[in-house]
Parts: sequence; C-alpha cells; structure tokens
Amino acid sequence: MNKTVLDLWVGLFVVAGIAALLFLALKVGSMNTVNAADSYDVVARFENIGGLKARAPVKSAGVVVGRVDSIQFDTELYEAKVTIRVDKRYPFPRDTSAAILTSGLLGEQYIGLAAGGDSVMLKSGDTLKITQDAVVLENLIGQFLYGKAQEGSPQ
Amino acid sequence: MLKRALENLGNRTIQGVWRMGFATRFFFAVLMHSGTAFRRFGLTIREMYFTGVLSLIIILVSGLFVGMVLGLQGYETLQTYGSEEALGVLVALSLVRELGPVVAALLFASRAGSAITAEIGLMKATEQLSAMEMMAVDPIARVVAPRFWAGVISMPLLAALFSAMGVLGGYLVGVQLIGVDEGSFWAQMQSAVDFEQDILNGVLKSAVFGVAITAIALFEGYDAPPTAEGVSGATTRTVVTSSLAVLALDFVLTAFMFRGLN
Repeated sequence: MNKTVLDLWVGLFVVAGIAALLFLALKVGSMNTVNAADSYDVVARFENIGGLKARAPVKSAGVVVGRVDSIQFDTELYEAKVTIRVDKRYPFPRDTSAAILTSGLLGEQYIGLAAGGDSVMLKSGDTLKITQDAVVLENLIGQFLYGKAQEGSPQ
Repeated sequence: MLKRALENLGNRTIQGVWRMGFATRFFFAVLMHSGTAFRRFGLTIREMYFTGVLSLIIILVSGLFVGMVLGLQGYETLQTYGSEEALGVLVALSLVRELGPVVAALLFASRAGSAITAEIGLMKATEQLSAMEMMAVDPIARVVAPRFWAGVISMPLLAALFSAMGVLGGYLVGVQLIGVDEGSFWAQMQSAVDFEQDILNGVLKSAVFGVAITAIALFEGYDAPPTAEGVSGATTRTVVTSSLAVLALDFVLTAFMFRGLN
C-alpha cells in the first residue's frame, strides 16, 4: 500500500481515538474534581454524618458548589470532622450553615449550604458554626413509635 | 510408574520456568531495543495501520451493539424501580470502567494479537528473522519492537472509541427509541462519571492490556516451532493466554483502582 495513504489512515485513527477520549471527558464525564488552586477548604463538624462519603457533592440552592474532601473522626470532641472544598467562584458569608441532606428518598447524601447574612466571607481553614446532622431513619422510626405508644397509653 | 510421573512433573516444571524466564528476557530485550521503533517512527506507523486501523471496524460495530444491548437491558431493569433516568449512568459507567477496556482488549487479542503471532511465527519458520541477523539487522529492533509499540499505542485509542460508540448506542436505544428523557440521561451521566476516577482509570487499564496482549503475541510468535503446526498452535495459545491475562489483570487493576474509592 502507498505510504502516504497508510499515514493518512493512521492519522485519522489517532484523531478519532483522541476525539473519542475528548467526547468521554467532556460529554460523558465532567471534570468535576475541584482543583486545589481554585478552591478554599472549610471544616464542618457533625455529630452524625449518616452515609456521607468523601467526594460527595456540596450544593447550595441545588447547585453543586464543591465537593467533600475528607471525613475524619475527631477523638477530642467525638465528632465527625468533614472538610469541604468549595469552588473559589462561590464565596459564602461566615455564618453559612451546613446540613447533611439526601437527594430523593433513597439517593446519595450531600451537604447543603445555606448562606447567612454576615458581611465577612469565609476563608480557607474556617469552621462552619451551624451544622445540622444527617437524619438517621432508625432514630426517626424509634421516635415515631415512642410517640405513638405514649399517645395510646392511658393517662 | 511413580518415577515416570515424577519425571514428567519435573520436566514440565523446568520447561515452564524456562519459558517464563525466556519470556521475561524477551520482554526486556524488546524494551531495550525500542530505540529504532521511535527513531524510525514510520515503522511503528506502518504497524499501527495493521493492528489499529484494521481493527477499527470490529471495535466500532461491537461497541455500538454492546451499548445498544446495555440500553435495552438496563432500561428493563431500571424501569422496575422507576428510575429510567439513571440509564445514562448505567451505560456510561459500565462501559468506561469495565466493558470498554476489557471487551476491546479481547477483540484486539483475537483480531490483532493472532495476526501478530502468525506473522512473526511464519517469518521465523521461513527463516526471514535469521536472514536479517545474517545481514546484521537486529530482528527484535526492526520487526518486534515497532509491533509492540504500535499495539501499546493503539489499544487505549481503540478502547476509547469502543466506549464512545457504546455510549452513543445506549443513547440511540435509550433516548431515541425508548424515549428516556434526553436531558436527565446526559446530566445524570455527567454528574456520576468522574474524569480522573473513571475515564483515566479506564484508559490506564487499556494501556496495561495493550502491553500484555502485544507482549504475549510477540513472544508466542517468536517462540513458535518453525512448522505449520507450530505456528497454528502458537496462534491459538496467543488468543487463549492473552484473553485470560486480560481478565486476570482486569480483576487486579479493578481491585486497586476502585476498592478505596468510597
């Protein structure tokens, strides 16, 4: 076979392969790993994180603004210490609150941020003061049953 | 009787160890003599035509059909839980993480690996390799190394094409044929598939498979007895060994890549 034809085919093959990779990268996946350079880390402490996992999304008003970077257990306070990596494009006030929420009834858990009214913005290394734990279904059912039992008991 | 059995076992063990040692030395010899494959890149490009471009049709068509079947089967299963929108996630993750690299590698082993073994084996049987050595041309540098690098470069590209075609197939069946909502098909897929964790790991897997398949194919060809029977046996061994190697390596790589994810 002619050498230039062969080169052309191989060139087309390589271009098609790279195009497929680009398609996978841009259309199928998303480069949603937040870069350390364009983000800031804040810490939130929870008594119970439920089923929250590292790399879970952090949303505010339903929009993904960051990711959970790491989850550690603090042996001084016996609480979970969750480090959140938030995109630099989204500055939040210092009195922002964090809650662990569930998308849908059985969906994955994520952190919801609700902005406060402070004029000072959060900076890297800050701790969120107001947090709301994950809802544990067993506790909820337990409370419900307890309440029902009390209702039924003779006064 | 017992002595005969022991002798047989010992002989087989020695043969096995000897072959393994020869294969390792062969592999390092290929790596050491790779200079020519890059200095005269035309040689490698020529081989990429035979291993990569000629495998395109089978890879693209199989990718499309695998994606279409995934779309149909996934829809059937997800429908019972009322979450058809997750079809995109199912198709994309199973293709990018597993099916793309593995099925493309299996097809590559039977399409290109067998051809490489037959070619090298026949070159050896017709004493073309010895003739090259007589003319002070190193057959490993001139014949083997370009084929090796061509396979290693082609494999990830083929796997990426396979996955991309599969996602398109899933889209065609899921969205165009069945009528899953197009927006949530792509949006859920994008939020679930991570570039580094899923796509890059898939590419890395296919590169490892490319090394394994071409190394096995080249070695079997180089080691084949110089007879018609020997070459045919070596070709069969290439397909069997490299397919098993791909599946075993896939398990090991998956265990390393996705175990500590959550």
